[in-house]
Amino acid sequence: MLKAVILIGGPQKGTRFRPLSFEVPKPLFPVAGVPMLQHHIEACAKVPNMKEILLIGFYQPNEELTRFLFNAQQEFKISIRYLQEYAALGTGGGIYHFRDQIVSGSPEAFFVLNADVCSAFPLAEMLSFQKEHGEPNSFVILGTTANRKQSMNYGCIVENEETNEVLHYVEKPSTFVSDIINCGIYLFKPDIFQHIGAVFQKNQQDMLLNPYDGEEPTNGWHRAEAIRLEQDIFTALAGQGKLYVYKTLGFWSQIKSAGSAIYASRLYLNQYHTSHPERLASNKEGGPKISGNVYIHPTANIDPTAMLGPNVSIGTGVTIGAGVRVRESIILHGATLQDHCCVLNSIVGWDSTIGKWARVEGTPSDPNPNDPFAKIDSETLFREGKLTPSITILGCNVTIPSEVIILNSIVLPHKDLNRSFKNQIIL
Amino acid sequence: MKALILVGGYGTRLRPLTLSVPKPLVEFCNKPILLHQVEALVQAGVDHVILAVSYMSELLEREMRVQEERLGIRISLSHEKEPLGTAGPLALARELLNVDNEPFFVLNSDVICEFPFKDLLQFHHSHGKEGTIVVTRVEEPSKYGVVVFEGDTGRIHRFVEKPQVFVSNKINAGIYIFNPSMLSRIQLRPTSIEKEIFPVMAEEGQLYTMELQGFWMDIGQPKDFLTGMCMYLQSVRQQAPERLRTGPGFLGNVLVDPTAQIGQHCTIGPNVTIGAGVVVEDGVRIKRCTVLRGARVRSHAWLESCIVGWSSSVGQWVRMENVTVLGEDVIVNDELYLNGANVLPHKSINESVPEPRIIM
Ligand SMILES: Nc1nc2c(ncn2[C@@H]2O[C@H](COP(=O)(O)OP(=O)(O)O)[C@@H](O)[C@H]2O)c(=O)[nH]1
Ligand SMILES: Nc1nc2c(ncn2[C@@H]2O[C@H](COP(=O)(O)OP(=O)(O)O)[C@@H](O)[C@H]2O)c(=O)[nH]1
Ligand SMILES: [Mg+2]
Ligand SMILES: [Mg+2]
Repeated sequence: MLKAVILIGGPQKGTRFRPLSFEVPKPLFPVAGVPMLQHHIEACAKVPNMKEILLIGFYQPNEELTRFLFNAQQEFKISIRYLQEYAALGTGGGIYHFRDQIVSGSPEAFFVLNADVCSAFPLAEMLSFQKEHGEPNSFVILGTTANRKQSMNYGCIVENEETNEVLHYVEKPSTFVSDIINCGIYLFKPDIFQHIGAVFQKNQQDMLLNPYDGEEPTNGWHRAEAIRLEQDIFTALAGQGKLYVYKTLGFWSQIKSAGSAIYASRLYLNQYHTSHPERLASNKEGGPKISGNVYIHPTANIDPTAMLGPNVSIGTGVTIGAGVRVRESIILHGATLQDHCCVLNSIVGWDSTIGKWARVEGTPSDPNPNDPFAKIDSETLFREGKLTPSITILGCNVTIPSEVIILNSIVLPHKDLNRSFKNQIIL
Repeated sequence: MKALILVGGYGTRLRPLTLSVPKPLVEFCNKPILLHQVEALVQAGVDHVILAVSYMSELLEREMRVQEERLGIRISLSHEKEPLGTAGPLALARELLNVDNEPFFVLNSDVICEFPFKDLLQFHHSHGKEGTIVVTRVEEPSKYGVVVFEGDTGRIHRFVEKPQVFVSNKINAGIYIFNPSMLSRIQLRPTSIEKEIFPVMAEEGQLYTMELQGFWMDIGQPKDFLTGMCMYLQSVRQQAPERLRTGPGFLGNVLVDPTAQIGQHCTIGPNVTIGAGVVVEDGVRIKRCTVLRGARVRSHAWLESCIVGWSSSVGQWVRMENVTVLGEDVIVNDELYLNGANVLPHKSINESVPEPRIIM
C-alpha cells in the first residue's frame, strides 16, 4: 500500500501571499474553484492502493482546516489527517518527526508533495518510473525543464541522461547549473528515514559540540530536528545511485505570490476539460455569456447579461450584476460586483463590493508565452522602490465605490476606498 | 456690416481632430465652431464675413458656400501666402473692410461665449474712438496678458504681459470692433495686433474695453474645449433649456442630436454632447465628454472627459478618461483603459494606455 504526505507549512510562511493569507491558510486558498490542497488530494486519491494522506505543517488546528479535512475524507473516502509540528521543522524535519505515523501499516512507498505547487501530479507515472529504474529502494524527484535564467530560483538537478540518476543537486544556485528543476513532488521508500536520521544524528552531535549560544548558527536552524530535504538530503544523496529524476512535460507551477494563483487557476481550469468537465461553465439559455474556461460555484447569483472568462473562478454566494465583465480573475465568496463593473487580472476578496462601472484591473505576471519552459516570476513586490505592476488584489471586505479605477494595487482588508488608486498598496 | 475672423493655420493644438477637419468646422456642442460665431454675427446685422486663413482647405471653402446660401450672407476667404499674425490679415483684407465707413468686427476663431456683438457695436459708437476690445475676467491673471483700464469709461491705459503683482484681472477676450481708420496703422507683413498695434492705440486714447458678461473660453485645445463645453451647456440651460435632454438616465446638462440613439440602462451626464448619428449602446456611462458625429460607444463603456472623434468606435467595457481624444475613425478594442491618450485618426487600439501619451 501507499501513502502521501503534503507539506503545508505554517502561518509564518506564505508572506508573499498576503493579504489573502490573513483570512485563510494559504493551502486552502481556492484555485480553480477548490482549495489549493484539494488538487493534491484528488491526485493522491486516484493512485491505486493509496491508503492515507497526511498533511504536515505548523498551523494551529483551525476550523477551516478541520472542515476541509472532514469534507475531503467524505468525498474521497480515504483517511486524511493533519499532523502538527511543534515548530517549523523544514521540509525534511516534519516527515522525520512523524515517521512512525508514516510507516505505520508498512507502506512500500510514499509520496511527499509541497502544498504550494500546481501540477498535473503524474503520480502513477512516477511509480512506474521507479519500478523501471535503479535499485528497488531508489527515490524519485519529479523534475521539469525551466529556462536558464529562471532555473536558478529553484532546486537544480543534474542527471545522468541515460539512467536519469541525479548526479548533482543544488538548491537555488547563484549561477547556472542545470535547466532541470525540482517540482517539489517526491516518491520515497521508508528507508529515506535512515538518510534523514543520519542528518539528525549529525545535527545533534554538532549541537553538543557547539551548543547554541544565542548567536545565529550558520544555517539559521536551532534544532537538530530542523532538516531541509533539498539542501540536507538531496545534495548528499546525489551521485549515490539512490536518487532519480522523472521529468514531466505536464503543466507545473509554483504558487508563491497571489498573482500565481490566477495563473495556477488557468492551468487547473484547463485540466478540468479531462478531469472535471462538470466544473466548467458553459453558455446556457438564461445564463451569463461564458468565454473560455470558467468555474462558477452553484450558489453564485449571476445576471445573464454579464460576461465571464477566460480563466475566471467565482466562489460561493457571489453576486454579479448586469453587464459585468470578469476576465482572468478569482472572485472569492460573498463578493458583490455591481452593474457594468469590469474586473480584469484581479483577485476580489471575500465579501468585497465593487461599485457600478468601477474598473478593477491588474497586470498579469504570466510566464513569457513564447518560451515553452518559462515559469511564472514570483518576485518581490518592489523594484527600485516602486511597486512592480502586478495583479490587483482586494483583501476581504473591501468596498470600491462606483466609477473609479483601481489599477495594479493591493488593498488590505476592510478598507472603504473613496477614489481611484493606481500602483499602490493601500493599508 | 462686416466681420473678419482670424482662422489662421492648421489648428495644431486641437489635433488629432484637426488632422481630419479644419478647426473652424470641428463641431463644438454639435455645431461647427465657426458657425457659433458666424450665426451670432449675422444676428447682429453682419452680412459679410471674411475668414482670414493661412492655409487653404477645400472642405472649408465648400462648407462656406453652403453657409452663404443658408444664411443669406457673403463669406470671403482671405488667404495669406505666409502667416501674417493677428494684425497682418487685416491689412490683407483692407479692400474688403474699407468699402464703407462702417466699423467692423474682428475675432479670434476659437473663442466661445455669449457673443455680445450688438452691445459691442452700441458701446463702440457711444465712445466714438477707433477701437473696442472685449475683456473677460480670469481667476489667475498671472497666466495671461491683462488689460489695465479706467473703470468708469473703459479707456485702456496699458497692457501687462503675465503680471507678477496684481494690476488687473481682465484679459483680452479676442473679440474686437474697429473703425476702418485703424487699418492705416497696419502694414502688410506679419504683425501681432496685441503686441504691436493695441499698445499704440491705447497710448493715443483710441482703445476702449467692454466687459463681457457670462462665460468665455478659448477652446483651441482639447482640455479647454471640454471646459468650454461645460460652460456653453450651462448657458443653454439658462437660455434655452428645451434644447437639453432630460429624463431617466440623463444627469445635468446633456445635449443630444435627435438622430443619435441611446441604449438602455445608460447614465449620461452631466456635461455631455452627443453628435448626429451617434450610437450609444446599453449600460454606458458618459460624463463630461463630446462624442462626435457617427461614433459608436459600445455597451458598458465608461467615459469621462474625452472627445470621441467622428465615426470612432469605443469597445465594450472600455474605460477612457483624463482628456483622451480619439481622432476620426479610431477603434478602441474591448476592455481597454485609455488615460489621457491622444489617438491619431484611423488607428485601431489593442492595448491599454495607462499613462497619457500620443498614439501615432
Ligand atoms: N510542514 C512543513 N512544511 C514546510 C516547512 N517549510 C516549508 N514547508 C512547505 O514545503 C513547501 C516548500 O517550501 P519551501 O522549501 O520553504 O519553499 P521553496 O523552496 O521556495 O519552494 C511548501 O509547500 C511549504 O509550505 C516546514 O517547516 N514544515
Ligand atoms: N489668419 C491668421 N490667423 C492667425 C494667425 N496667427 C494666429 N491667428 C489666429 O488668431 C487667433 C489668435 O491667435 P494667437 O494670438 O496665436 O492665440 P492662440 O489662440 O493662443 O493661438 C487665433 O484664432 C488664431 O487662429 C495668422 O498668422 N494668420
Ligand atoms: Mg524549498
Ligand atoms: Mg486660440
